Amino acid sequence: MKALSLLLALFVGFLLIGVLDDLPAWGDAKSPANSYVSAYYLKNSMEQTHVPNVVTAVLADYRGFDTMFETGVVFVAVIGIMAILRRDPKEEDSETGDRPPHAPPEGFILGVATRFIVPFMQMFALYVIAHGHHSPGGGFQGGVILGASLILMAMTGELESALDRMREKWFIVLVAGGFLLYAGVGLGCMFFGGNFLDYSALAPLLGGDPKAAAIMARYHGMLWVEIGVAFTVMSSMFAIFAYLSSDGRMDRGL
Amino acid sequence: MAWVEVHYNYLLVIILLMTGLWAMIGKNNLIKKCIGMCIFQNAIIMFYISMGAKKGATIPILKHVPGAHGHGPESYISDPTIYANPLTQILMLTAIVVGVATLGMALTLVQKIYREYGTCEEDEILNCMSEEQDHELPLQDELKA
Repeated sequence: MKALSLLLALFVGFLLIGVLDDLPAWGDAKSPANSYVSAYYLKNSMEQTHVPNVVTAVLADYRGFDTMFETGVVFVAVIGIMAILRRDPKEEDSETGDRPPHAPPEGFILGVATRFIVPFMQMFALYVIAHGHHSPGGGFQGGVILGASLILMAMTGELESALDRMREKWFIVLVAGGFLLYAGVGLGCMFFGGNFLDYSALAPLLGGDPKAAAIMARYHGMLWVEIGVAFTVMSSMFAIFAYLSSDGRMDRGL
Repeated sequence: MAWVEVHYNYLLVIILLMTGLWAMIGKNNLIKKCIGMCIFQNAIIMFYISMGAKKGATIPILKHVPGAHGHGPESYISDPTIYANPLTQILMLTAIVVGVATLGMALTLVQKIYREYGTCEEDEILNCMSEEQDHELPLQDELKA
């Protein structure tokens, strides 16, 4: 079986090497992937959205639907993990006997260093979310950093100490809340007479010169969408870690 | 071997793809299969990112026109040739996060299987399952009779 699978993998590899010549050269600026729609994004995103970070502009505006349902995938994954792994802490079963005795992680330096690092991580994450329009960053990246700060707390201390900051019942609220915030911005656009996720419809909220406001509304709409994504990603990262590391018991973790 | 110079990024991707595929099919341990899936996923991510690279281009964040301080479109350079392709980066940005979520889902299923059978080895699980069937079948016969 092992030899057969190795053979199959090698076969696929040789097949792919066979078509190597037809692929565009490394760093070719004129390759099909680099020619059409991406050039349009780079040329027009500044005029249409006022966001210098083209990645954010395309992510949250041009491809807003895609990002929304990617967030939906994360949401569904967290629901699935909860449904499969979660146990009621009250009905503790006989399996507890097999578990190794509780040994809280020790280490003075580890604890103090974590306590120093975590606030700065979270501050940096907020910066990454809020400044994602002008520098590398955005909702996904900032959300992952926020989630990582919680996971760091859970790993160096005990899972419970991190759960004190982020209760289990908040997981689903934040995961769903982020997704709903995203969809809510989209629905808000419909409420003001635009298409779903057409942020320029939100211009009346900003006031002022309607033409300039339409572009700035795109800018602000993207920010709200990114905040929603950050909520979902942060709590999903921590929820996945918490359920997996404690085998669904949510008591003490690894 | 001129093609190696222009295509070596794809070569690395193909090696990673083969590794991941082999791990997913050939390995007996479910956790190792998950690791193989992860390697496969990362190979695809590298493939996309290397497709979007351009020689001499910078990151797709618009640069200021030298000397300009405004925030309007006129004070940014929007010449597509000097920026890398943003589209592939966006696709992979979301794919990474979704990849983490699906990996979490996969590990969850593995953990559930471990809870049921007490092992992550594929052949042992299959053994357990066939034993269970052997036990169940006589019972059903009894019920029918």
